Amino acid sequence: MMRDIWLVPALPLAGAVLLGLLGGKIPARLAAVIGASSVGLAAALAIRIALLWFAAPPPGDAFLLPLWTWITLPKFSAVVGLLIDPVSLVLILVISVIGFFIHLFSAEYMEGENGYARYFAYLNLFVASMLLLVLANDLLVMFVGWEGVGVCSYLLVGFWFEEENNGEAAQKSFIVTRVADIAMLIGILILALRFGTLDISTVLHGAVSAWPPGSFWPAVVAGLLLVGGLGKSAQVPLQTWLPDAMAGPTPVSALIHAATMVTAGVYLVVRLHVLFLLAPAVLHGIALGAALTVLLAACAGLVQSDIKRVLAYSTMGQIGYMFLGLGVGAWGAAMFHLASHAIFKALLFLSSGAVSMRLHHEQNIFAMGGLRTKLPLAFAAFLVGALCLAAVPVVGCGFFSKEFLLGAVWAQNPLLWGVGILGAFLTGVYIFRAVFTVFFGASVDVSGAYGVRVILPLTVLALAALGFGWLQTPDFLGGANIFSNVLAPALGGAATDASWPVALIGMAAPLAGIGLAYALHQNGFWRRQGAASPGLFVRFLQGGMGFDALYRAIFVKPFLWTVRVLKDDPVDQVFQLLQRAAVGLHKRLREEQNGKLRRYAGWMMAGSLATILAVVFS
Amino acid sequence: MIVSWQAPASLALILFLLGLAALLARRNLVFVLMSVEIMLNAAGLLFIAAGMRWGTPDGQIMFIAVLNLAGAELAVGLILLLRLRGRLTTLDGDAAVLLRDSS
Amino acid sequence: MIFWPAALLAVVTTAIAVTGKNPVHALLWFVISLLAMAVVFFELGAAFAAALEVIVYAGAIVVLFLFVVMMLSLDKAAALREESWTKGPVWLLPVGFTGMLGVALAWQMLNTALPARPGRAVLPAAVGLKLFSTDFLAVEMASLLLLAGLVAAFHLAREAQK
Repeated sequence: MMRDIWLVPALPLAGAVLLGLLGGKIPARLAAVIGASSVGLAAALAIRIALLWFAAPPPGDAFLLPLWTWITLPKFSAVVGLLIDPVSLVLILVISVIGFFIHLFSAEYMEGENGYARYFAYLNLFVASMLLLVLANDLLVMFVGWEGVGVCSYLLVGFWFEEENNGEAAQKSFIVTRVADIAMLIGILILALRFGTLDISTVLHGAVSAWPPGSFWPAVVAGLLLVGGLGKSAQVPLQTWLPDAMAGPTPVSALIHAATMVTAGVYLVVRLHVLFLLAPAVLHGIALGAALTVLLAACAGLVQSDIKRVLAYSTMGQIGYMFLGLGVGAWGAAMFHLASHAIFKALLFLSSGAVSMRLHHEQNIFAMGGLRTKLPLAFAAFLVGALCLAAVPVVGCGFFSKEFLLGAVWAQNPLLWGVGILGAFLTGVYIFRAVFTVFFGASVDVSGAYGVRVILPLTVLALAALGFGWLQTPDFLGGANIFSNVLAPALGGAATDASWPVALIGMAAPLAGIGLAYALHQNGFWRRQGAASPGLFVRFLQGGMGFDALYRAIFVKPFLWTVRVLKDDPVDQVFQLLQRAAVGLHKRLREEQNGKLRRYAGWMMAGSLATILAVVFS
Repeated sequence: MIVSWQAPASLALILFLLGLAALLARRNLVFVLMSVEIMLNAAGLLFIAAGMRWGTPDGQIMFIAVLNLAGAELAVGLILLLRLRGRLTTLDGDAAVLLRDSS
Repeated sequence: MIFWPAALLAVVTTAIAVTGKNPVHALLWFVISLLAMAVVFFELGAAFAAALEVIVYAGAIVVLFLFVVMMLSLDKAAALREESWTKGPVWLLPVGFTGMLGVALAWQMLNTALPARPGRAVLPAAVGLKLFSTDFLAVEMASLLLLAGLVAAFHLAREAQK
């Protein structure tokens, strides 16, 4: 049964190929069936494998399925294989199950759109790439999946490519992550040169025995790999693409830019944590960058008027929390937050999509209001998601995972913990700003009703968001350790619980945030904020703290300037001379192409004459 | 008594040059086709002269091949002439310039 | 020695033919040229070729030519136009070119090492034997060529299908 793991990425891939080839020739309904069922089957298989795993874990708590030898060189070899261990098992469950529900939701959300089959082809390809990424046994294979999800992200952000902005957003996401990927590729190449293989366990063992902790090379390699992870996970300083990536359809944002792809950076660090442990400086850098990200995302989230941008900044912030956990070495906590975030963020995005579906794709929260009674299902789902995101005590999985994570951070570095608490407070403020603005107050008109393909994913994800947290609870709530016990063979034991006061502050912060959001809602402050033209500082926050302008000034402008300068450089002039000569000659010669038989015959004659004269009189 | 090979070769050369000059100078396609025939005939004469010089039948066989070629060429050429006349209402070779660079 | 008068006749009639204004007259001059050529062939000991020249060239090909010219139904205007097309300067460049070519080839002919000596007649029987023994493949190819010409002519002769 474990050997069937190859089917898990192969099924969505087959779906993508089938949809890509048949695309426009099959009815839309069939395209949706193919798209959703391929992922659904993969999800069922993943669950079956997980159940078998829990019943009887294989020896060594890892199962490697070698598929074929990709590259054999004298000093390098790469074997394509799929590796199941607790980390990848958790992730394939998250990806395939949430992916399936998002496919289901998409089938209704995208109904009537042009390129319906194309959409599912991309989405299937994405799921296949993501599964390959997490199952890869080899960094090279992982890189294939890594780039595959990048391409799919590009394709799906630019799905509505008729509008120029969407195309630009797609390019931005692609280019920014590509810059990060170059760094990652260099890191991978250093590993390949050093160890002659990219098989992850071999590399990690080699690194531990070859490099002492804190030495130069592990810091370089870990730093370069980290840059790739930061780019993919939209962390400071490579976060600028994520808000723009919201140009894609909402289910895409739910799947790619919230639940799965953007957490690839977290996965990368967790998978290679042995290497990162050899580079304490890099870990400190991770924690610092993560703290910055958390604050930046929370501040930017406070002033967005587009609901998807609010969620985009919240995604950035929550991944910041994961990196905060990684920075202090709490791999298990980061994984737990990753999984719970995937559930509640997918829920939030899908319910926001469900809201805008009924409002003619309106996404401005100030154009909404009072939807609590009009769209009770979307409200309930969004509320559950918001409660999880804000980490309101005991209610949702977000609380348990954030509690777990911040507890581990407290144990390492109270200052970073303080930043995390501040972020949690601000998160409570901005997400409930959205909740109150969209669902309370004066109501707007809506039309239509939801089909089962919307109701089912929202219900299941909401229930999962409520229940998932109980897999890993703090001591005062039973002290369940199911999740960390699963991960223990790969990542070590669970962190110790935080003390009572710490936990209390952690619980109070989001509640205070929600209270503030409610007070400002009662006060009418949010509405006034939406109506007023934003001041300089607010615009600064809205634009993500000026990173775009900064990068435009530092990178884009100089690059364009260089391009302009190089366009007319002297060397080019020489070549342009050739080109001008060719064009001039061409102009002369084309006059000879006048269609006149006698002229042609004359030229042929002249040519023969020249040849004959040369032969006879030489 | 048969003449030496230079005599028929010179004759072939003169006829060929006459045909070639006419081919380059005439605009009327009837004359152009006729010039081609003259040149082919001159080539045939040269083959026969060569066959005579070495006393082998190959020269005449090649002449038959040339004759054959001339027949086939003329059949197609004449039909094209008629079609052109039907389409452009002229026999002027310079009027048929559909192959020119139109821009 | 009838070779020289015949050769002279061929050159003169050909010159008249290619410079003529009336296609029908030109073709008739061309027929005389071909008949003169047949005499030349006979004088060169190629009786079979001479017979073919008369029968196929003068008899069939040029007559086909004449039929077509007849179908063109040329009038006075065509003759006038022809006059303007063959004014002096038109001939300048072609005659110059061909003159140069002629000089080059004549030069080559005079300087060739092949000695002048009388040739030998080749009887029709020799031609036929060779043609249908070792050269039968060439015969087949010739027939294919004619067939292709026939098909092409037939195809082109049909009115364009609407």
